[in-house]
Amino acid sequence: MTVRRTTLGGHTHEFASLSDLLAKATPARSGDALAGCAAESAAQRVAAQSLLADLPLATFLEEQVVGYEEDDVTRLILDTHDPGAFAPVAGLTVGEFRDRLLGWAAEGDEASIGALAPGLTPEMVAATSKLMRNADLVAVGRRARVVTGLRSTLGLPGRLASRLQPNHPTDDPVGVTASIVDGLLQGSGDAVIGINPATDSPGRTVALLELVDAVIQRYAIPTQSCVLAHVTTTLRALEKGAPVDLVFQSVAGTQPANRGFGVTLDLLAEARAGALELGRGTVGRNVTYFETGQGSALSADAHRGIDGRPVDQQTLEARAYAVARHFEPLLVNTVVGFIGPEYLYDGKQVIRAGLEDHFCGKLLGLPMGVDVCYTNHAEIDGDDTDTLTLLLGAAGCSFVIAVPGSDDVMLHYQSLSFSDVLTARQVLGLRPAPEFEDWLTRMDLLDDAGRVRSLAPDAPAAKALLAAARA
Amino acid sequence: MSAPARPGGDDPWSVLRAATRARVALGRAGDGLPTARELEFRLAHAVARDAVHTAFDPAVVRAGLDGVSSIEVHSAAADRAEYLQRPDLGRRLAAGTTLPRARADLALVLADGLSPRAVHEHGAPLATALLDRLADWSVGPVVLASQARVALGDEIGAALGARAVVVLIGERPGLSSADSLGVYLTWDPRPGRIDSERNCVSNVRPPHGLGYAEAADLVVRLLVAARELGASGVALKDEGPALPG
Repeated sequence: MTVRRTTLGGHTHEFASLSDLLAKATPARSGDALAGCAAESAAQRVAAQSLLADLPLATFLEEQVVGYEEDDVTRLILDTHDPGAFAPVAGLTVGEFRDRLLGWAAEGDEASIGALAPGLTPEMVAATSKLMRNADLVAVGRRARVVTGLRSTLGLPGRLASRLQPNHPTDDPVGVTASIVDGLLQGSGDAVIGINPATDSPGRTVALLELVDAVIQRYAIPTQSCVLAHVTTTLRALEKGAPVDLVFQSVAGTQPANRGFGVTLDLLAEARAGALELGRGTVGRNVTYFETGQGSALSADAHRGIDGRPVDQQTLEARAYAVARHFEPLLVNTVVGFIGPEYLYDGKQVIRAGLEDHFCGKLLGLPMGVDVCYTNHAEIDGDDTDTLTLLLGAAGCSFVIAVPGSDDVMLHYQSLSFSDVLTARQVLGLRPAPEFEDWLTRMDLLDDAGRVRSLAPDAPAAKALLAAARA
Repeated sequence: MSAPARPGGDDPWSVLRAATRARVALGRAGDGLPTARELEFRLAHAVARDAVHTAFDPAVVRAGLDGVSSIEVHSAAADRAEYLQRPDLGRRLAAGTTLPRARADLALVLADGLSPRAVHEHGAPLATALLDRLADWSVGPVVLASQARVALGDEIGAALGARAVVVLIGERPGLSSADSLGVYLTWDPRPGRIDSERNCVSNVRPPHGLGYAEAADLVVRLLVAARELGASGVALKDEGPALPG
């Protein structure tokens, strides 16, 4: 255990371990205070950031925050590290790496940033993010280009896609379909039409998959479906011959946290292979979808690393991305305000975390999206989610999540509305995924300027889609 | 769910509205929401926020308990902001709290949780309905707990020396349900019990959710089954012939 110390303003600050240094360098958030690893003063936080800035990036290849022997996520990170990709920045400190990234971003050098991904570890990008302000996270995030595809292409420049989330408290087919139609009419659904089932069972999952698949086929929509059931449930659905486009799973940054989710790396590999075998893609072969979120390891009491020390929630979140990238996902999103105020207390913390997660995911090579969301007991409202959404749009975020009227009537939280997605696209000059945009044009859902029309119900496009809700 | 509206109805969008409680077919003003729809949403959120931040007033509950003896306790969370950020403190009694050894069959706790409003509105009527049905159980003084999480009941139940604890607690307010009360039953309460060792009855909020009599019947059936088994939680569910499906 390397103790590191520095003297700032006549006061000496000491950090007991690498995880202690990372935690104390993290911008303030309630989850780290709950875990007992947050900086004890504002000055101590800057002292930690100063020490972190001088730390060689390569330190993270030699010194771990979660042990190699006891944690399969750490083994995955180190065993798949690509020294060749790391070479261009191997001699830099964390602070120098931040500066280099900002330089490449200013020059628009997407190639240099993108080529690094296999050479970067989650701990490296988490450390770097801790030295960045929100605008730095946006500036570099938008130059970290990650393009993926299955039946639509996601992550292209100038695009913002959305997951249409038509959840219903009882998975009622008519209710789900109504929300799908509402979203399609407002130009949502190019990333995925993805349902959180109220009941995680193979039978229910197959029924919902068939329902969404029928809508997609009926209208020839270039998108994919997903029922966000547990991976073992999706495996059963695959056995039953269900139309599985995407294998979904929540993942976290430590082996015990993933065990808490009932997930192993082998299980994920098996399910991915099953979905790949179906060959349902037209423009790509990315068949997995992962959700993550700061605080998930802590909430499972699975947030400790070497010597039982707590690891900060943002570093653990970045480690979850190492799990996701191993399975070449189509979609990954952090569910940034879902978990509650004991992890991210207010709008400031949620906005910061959303930008960090997007930055870290993109730098590690993930097609990063964000569920911009909140619960009623957090100090956050629609003004904060507007701010984060527009910042994410500027940051080149691959996709956001949208539900009817911001109100998820099954999961009981607020995400974005379909009109929030339209507003972000309009304000920032962003467009849907190209295949989906062509479909919207064919359906006469776009006006001459490419905006989604506000339709009268007797317009032909509206009548055509409303027919699905009547069926 | 409701049947879809018949073709040829007045408003074709009603096909969508009839199909789900989700906020579909809201219309748009440009790319945004029309003013009326925006204000509806804001009101729903405001009501939920107010439910979270209403100060818990034990006197309101006591007034409805019709003379049943009660004790007030406070968790280790000093105020609402600390309560929301430190659930661990909401699971512990404030330093220096003393409770009488009641050696009762049951400790009954009414806790503010995330919706003090729910306890104000439904706490006393549900507690009364429960006590009416538990004539052959010895029940300790009703404990009124401020800034409390479910697990605070473990420490309260242990301190009272009760064989079981039932916690009535305000649930996290949703946009359309700011006053929902939850009931948690734990056999042999002591600090360190985990969620899988409890049984829960959720969404007590007549007339929209579960009614008092219905909820009380269910909780009493669970209590009887827990007493037979000597345990609550997942084990009780597995055994549970006495339980409703």
